[in-house]
Amino acid sequence: MLLTLIGFSAMAQTSMDDFFYQSGKIYVVVAILVIIFCLLAFYLVRLDKKITKLEKEQDEA
Amino acid sequence: MPAPDDIGILAKTIRNLHFHVPMWFTMILLLLVSYVYGIRYLNTGNPMHDSMSSSFVKVAMLFGLMGLATGSFWARFTWGTWWIEDAKLNGAAIGMLIYTAYYILRNSIDDEVKRGKFSSVYNLFAFPIYIVLIIVIPRMAETSLHPASGDTVGFSTLDLDNNLRKVFYLATIGWILLGVWIATLKHRLTEIKRIDEEI
Repeated sequence: MLLTLIGFSAMAQTSMDDFFYQSGKIYVVVAILVIIFCLLAFYLVRLDKKITKLEKEQDEA
Repeated sequence: MPAPDDIGILAKTIRNLHFHVPMWFTMILLLLVSYVYGIRYLNTGNPMHDSMSSSFVKVAMLFGLMGLATGSFWARFTWGTWWIEDAKLNGAAIGMLIYTAYYILRNSIDDEVKRGKFSSVYNLFAFPIYIVLIIVIPRMAETSLHPASGDTVGFSTLDLDNNLRKVFYLATIGWILLGVWIATLKHRLTEIKRIDEEI
């Protein structure tokens, strides 16, 4: 059981490596764009929620 | 835009230069603005300056986080590991922790004036230490994997036809403007909240 798990993780490792090492590692750049986009979007959505909350409070007042 | 495709282990990932590096430039600039407003707060006692200072630190932390995440991912597929014991990497991580402590310090004080003063004084010491940690110490280190620190060269030596430079400068300006804009949004939001509470 443990051996199969280790085997799976090793397989996942190599297939991930294969994916990112192909075509001159260009997918590394793509992944980094995705990381930046996700973090920025996460922060902006949080900011948006805070503003919405403030707007609601203002409406009630 | 043209970019070199065969720089050793970097291959085409040299393009990350336009994303990973400006993150740190933006973070340093935002922290500098925060530092200046911290000093201004200590001089004037104007709560607007304190809100400016703290908002810029928060957005700077976001950019620092993006810098760490992109750097770590880039390292995984070039150096072969997510993280190594390196002056530049550890310096950046300690720098992030210093500003996390700033955040915790602020949240632990309820009194507005005290909070402003404590965090501005903390900021006064934190920023120079941060600069030393991420720029000075890595430069002085004997060896490093990270470009432009220790015994390594910067990217300008690889950029023979200056094509990277054209994109890089524009990207840096763009990221800095984006960072400043988000930080002012955050500042305006905290200001509205503060004025609301006063009324």
